[in-house]
Amino acid sequence: MGRKMAVGVLFSGGKDSTLALYYTKRFCDVKVLITIISENKNSYMFHTPNISLVEFQGKAIGLPVLIKRTKGEKEAELIDLEKAVLEARKKYKIGGIVSGALASAYQASRIQRICNKLHLECFNPLWQKDQFELLEEIVRLRFNAIITGVFAAGMENLLGKHIDRSVIRELRKIHKKYKINPAGEGGEFESFVLDAIFFKKRLEIASYHIEGEGEERLLVIEKVRMCKK
Amino acid sequence: MKRQVLIINVCKERLHYFEFVKPVERIVRLCKKGFFVRGYMDVSKEDIDKAGRIIICGTSLMDSEYLNSIKRFKWLGWVQKPVLGICAGMQIICKNFGCKLVKKCEIGLKRIYFKQHFFGMSRWQEVYLLYNLSVKNDNALEKNFDIFSKSKKGDIVYAIKHKTKELYGVLFHPEVRHEEMIINFINLRI
Repeated sequence: MGRKMAVGVLFSGGKDSTLALYYTKRFCDVKVLITIISENKNSYMFHTPNISLVEFQGKAIGLPVLIKRTKGEKEAELIDLEKAVLEARKKYKIGGIVSGALASAYQASRIQRICNKLHLECFNPLWQKDQFELLEEIVRLRFNAIITGVFAAGMENLLGKHIDRSVIRELRKIHKKYKINPAGEGGEFESFVLDAIFFKKRLEIASYHIEGEGEERLLVIEKVRMCKK
Repeated sequence: MKRQVLIINVCKERLHYFEFVKPVERIVRLCKKGFFVRGYMDVSKEDIDKAGRIIICGTSLMDSEYLNSIKRFKWLGWVQKPVLGICAGMQIICKNFGCKLVKKCEIGLKRIYFKQHFFGMSRWQEVYLLYNLSVKNDNALEKNFDIFSKSKKGDIVYAIKHKTKELYGVLFHPEVRHEEMIINFINLRI
C-alpha cells in the first residue's frame, strides 16, 4: 500500500462536508479542514448558518481548521477560496482538496478550476450521489446532524430536528409535494453536525435562538458544550 | 442482453472511485443489469468474455497514470462487444488505434453540437466537461473513427465511434448530465 495522500477538506460543518470527511479519512491523510465564512447570507458557494462554530467541530474531530472570511460577492469569494487553498497547501503540504459537492455543476466546476490551477487533486466523494441514499447513510452511520435552517415550503416543522428515519420520511413527503431537493442541495435546508463516529468528542447545544419566520427560519446556535463520548 | 456490464475503473486514487465509477454503477443499476467493476490493471480475458457491455470510466484532471499502462487495454483490438469510453476512457480507446493526445482543458457545463444521433443525443446539448487531455483531430483519428460531435474550430472532438467496431468514446461525462446516454448504450441492439 502506498502512502496516503495528504489532503484538506472544505468543511462547512453540515452533513455533506462531514460525510465527505468520513469517506476521505478512509483513503487519505486529512491534515486540515478549510472553512470559508461568508458575510453574504445568500452566498453562491458557502453555506452560512452557524459556520462560526466550525472551530468547535474541528476540536471535537481533532483537526485544525483554517478559516478565511469573504464578503461573499459572486466571483470574489472564489478568489478568497483560492487564497485559503493556497495557504493550506503551503502550511500543511497537502496534495489534494476534498469537497462535499453533490450535484451542483456550478460549485464543483469552480472548485475543480482552483485545484487545477494550483496543481492539486480534487476529490468530490459525494458527487452524483442519490440524495435519499445520502440521508439514509448519515442515519446509518449515526451522525448527530440537526436541521439549523429551513428555506422552503413545507419544511417549517423540521427546524431543530435531528435527522433520523422519521425526518427522512417527512422529507420524502415534502419532496413528493413540492419537488424539493431532499438533501437540501438547492439550499432548501441547512444542517449542523454535533457528532459522528469519527468525532473524538461530541458537541451539545448549550443555548440557541430562532431567527426569521414562516418558510425561512434559522436556528442560531449561541453556545456549544464539548462532551466526552 | 443477459450478460453483465463490466465497469472499468482507471482512477489512481481510491477515493476517486466514488466520483467517477459509483455514479456509473448507479445508472447501470437503473437498467436492472448486473455489473462488475475491475481496476484497469486487473481486467482479465475472462472478464471481457463474461461481459455483455464494457464501460471505461473517467478520472480526475490530475490523473493520467493510466496512459503509462496503455498495453493493459490491448483487448480493445480484438473485443467484439460494445465498449463506451468516458473521457479518459475515450483517450484510451483512441490511443489504442494510434491517435495522439493533446493538452487542452475544459471544466464545467458547455453546449456542444451533435451532427448525427448518438445514443439519443442530437443537435445542441449541454454536457459536463472535465479534462486536461483531448484526442488530436488528425489523420489517425479520421482513419479509424467517425466523429459525431466536435468543437466549432474542429480541434476538440467530443464524441466518436470506431468505423468498424462497436467502440464509442465521449469526452464529456454523461453520468453527470445525460444519464440516458449510458442507458441507451447499455440497451444498444447489435
